[in-house]
Amino acid sequence: MATNSNPRPEAPANGGAPFLQIKRIVKKFDDVFAVDEVTLDIQQGEIFALLGSSGCGKSTLLRMLAGFETPTSGQILLAGQDIVTLAPYERPINMMFQSYALFPHLTVWDNIAFGLRRDGLPKPEIEARVAQMLDLVQLKAYAKRKPHQLSGGQQQRVALARSLAKRPKLLLLDEPLGALDAKLRERTQLELVGIIEQVGVTCVMVTHDQEEAMTMATRIGVMSEGKILQIGRPDEIYETPNCRFVADFIGSVNLFKGNVEEDEPDHVVIASPECKHYINHGITGTAGMAVHVAVRPEKMSIRQTQPLDGERESLAEVGFNMAQGVIQDLAYLGSLTTYHVKLDNGTVVKVTHTNAARHAAIRLTWGDRVYVWWCGGDVVVLTR
Amino acid sequence: MSIRDKVTGSWGRSAVIGVPMVFLLAVFLLPFLIVFKISVSEMDVVLFKDVLTWTDDVVTVSVKLGNYIALAQDSLYIQTYLSSLQFAAMTTAICLLIAYPFAYFMARSPADKRPALLMLVMLPFWTSFLLRVYAWKMLLADSGVFNNMAMALGLISEPIKMMNTPFSLVLGMVYTYVPFMILPLYANLVKMDLRLLEAALDLGATPWQAFWRITVPLSKSGIIAGSMLVFIPCVGEFVIPELLGGPQTLMIGRVLWDEFFSNNDWPMAATVAVVMVLLIIVPLALFNKHQAETAGGGRA
Repeated sequence: MATNSNPRPEAPANGGAPFLQIKRIVKKFDDVFAVDEVTLDIQQGEIFALLGSSGCGKSTLLRMLAGFETPTSGQILLAGQDIVTLAPYERPINMMFQSYALFPHLTVWDNIAFGLRRDGLPKPEIEARVAQMLDLVQLKAYAKRKPHQLSGGQQQRVALARSLAKRPKLLLLDEPLGALDAKLRERTQLELVGIIEQVGVTCVMVTHDQEEAMTMATRIGVMSEGKILQIGRPDEIYETPNCRFVADFIGSVNLFKGNVEEDEPDHVVIASPECKHYINHGITGTAGMAVHVAVRPEKMSIRQTQPLDGERESLAEVGFNMAQGVIQDLAYLGSLTTYHVKLDNGTVVKVTHTNAARHAAIRLTWGDRVYVWWCGGDVVVLTR
Repeated sequence: MSIRDKVTGSWGRSAVIGVPMVFLLAVFLLPFLIVFKISVSEMDVVLFKDVLTWTDDVVTVSVKLGNYIALAQDSLYIQTYLSSLQFAAMTTAICLLIAYPFAYFMARSPADKRPALLMLVMLPFWTSFLLRVYAWKMLLADSGVFNNMAMALGLISEPIKMMNTPFSLVLGMVYTYVPFMILPLYANLVKMDLRLLEAALDLGATPWQAFWRITVPLSKSGIIAGSMLVFIPCVGEFVIPELLGGPQTLMIGRVLWDEFFSNNDWPMAATVAVVMVLLIIVPLALFNKHQAETAGGGRA
């Protein structure tokens, strides 16, 4: 899922102060906390994605960075300078708006030049910069068009060019590709990352689309109810979620509710109604504690016959991490098939199987009785 | 045959368009043609001679252009037209200056307060326009409310002459027509995408620059619609100049009335009317053509 191959700074590399520091930011609308004490450090050159469903406060946080909302309390430091008191037009920050907010009465050229003109740059300088931007987004031929004469993808590029023209210190992207259709979005994601990297601008984006966040961002902050639940690289967020919300929000997950039965330094055993789980690493918990075992659908195996002991990850797992059930539903998606298996105790789990061979020897179908098993190293034990 | 063809091809569609068309033909175009016919007719004591006559198998077309020539040569008429246009333009400009901030304020106020504000704009329409203009007469007269009050307060010793001046005329017209400017402006401004203003601020425009660079250009169609709604009736306005205007305030509407009812020179009156309509229609047609050409240019 994470196709991010960008060699970009990830963790604080230089040990210096982060480029953008958000310190205990709070935004209250009437009595509701839209953003609730968010603290966040972003390094120079990063593409940071705030990911969450609508109403989680991510847009409010972005609007506070742009200056359209005033924080109730807290600090925002950009390169060491507190910007909270600055008006939007005084901040060295530009934003690419959701559905772009291009000025309909101005041509592409004038849209891009708008910010440069406000800075009172000399004419030749403006012309040179606009030309450079048009080059960057490959829209030279469209300079004289009005926004409504452009396709969605072209409008998106104009919006990007407009927000980059002033060479902002920080670029904000609000649902950058939300207005594009799925096919175009996929291509544009990488194109957009390419341009941002070429310019080298630090970037904070807001999205509800996890695939978009994972493709584009170096780090992701998952938000819910005004708080950031987890910050990490896309693979960290996916493989080691720190709570049920994150595990469930990013991708899909099977959650088994159970209690810790054996708590050893090198392994734990968790009993859930579906099966017993053997996990080959220790957890920070105590025996008897209620936990959730999270297993991603693609990390499960499915077959009609019981797996041989030798096929398991280790002999210690024999008798664990396995359940039997009946295929209740299946969705053939071409590259993979998703099975909904109703386990014997009534729980339905999702299992995905990659269709590597064109004609599988045994094709599973509705009503088949199957074994579902997985490896204890691939699960995450969630305590909250 | 697609559904669309069925819909566009049906007689029901023609009927729906046809009804207002017939109405417009009957009450606007036909009377206008009659007026036009009168304007090129010769007076024959009390009746007009027919433009088209059929006697002894000879069709005689007698078009009298004398009135048009007279109109073009008489400086009084020309001056009256110019002065009408001038008063109308002044009224339109003042209406715009008053209406724009008002409409802007209405459009930016909380959505639940807008209906009440809109009601305030329309409230005056509940009283007859004639009565409201009469009321201004009482207020502005030499011994009217304003003068009496100012004198009682000792601000002035002599009454200021306000009635029957260009001031009272323009005041009356502005008062009457300002809602017609507010409503289209409001309808336009309330639809505006406020994110465009945020985008302008984000790109470094001060709120004042954002207003002039974004809001005003995008409300162009509202400004034009409102200006038309004020300017056109103002040019031909009769009641307000009659009640509030003085001898210096030449308005074509009063000349028209005089020609019809004092001079009983219907052909001349008709000529004045036809020229007035042309004076308004020609720029309007040009404007519409321009609008059609740039249609979609600004989806304000």
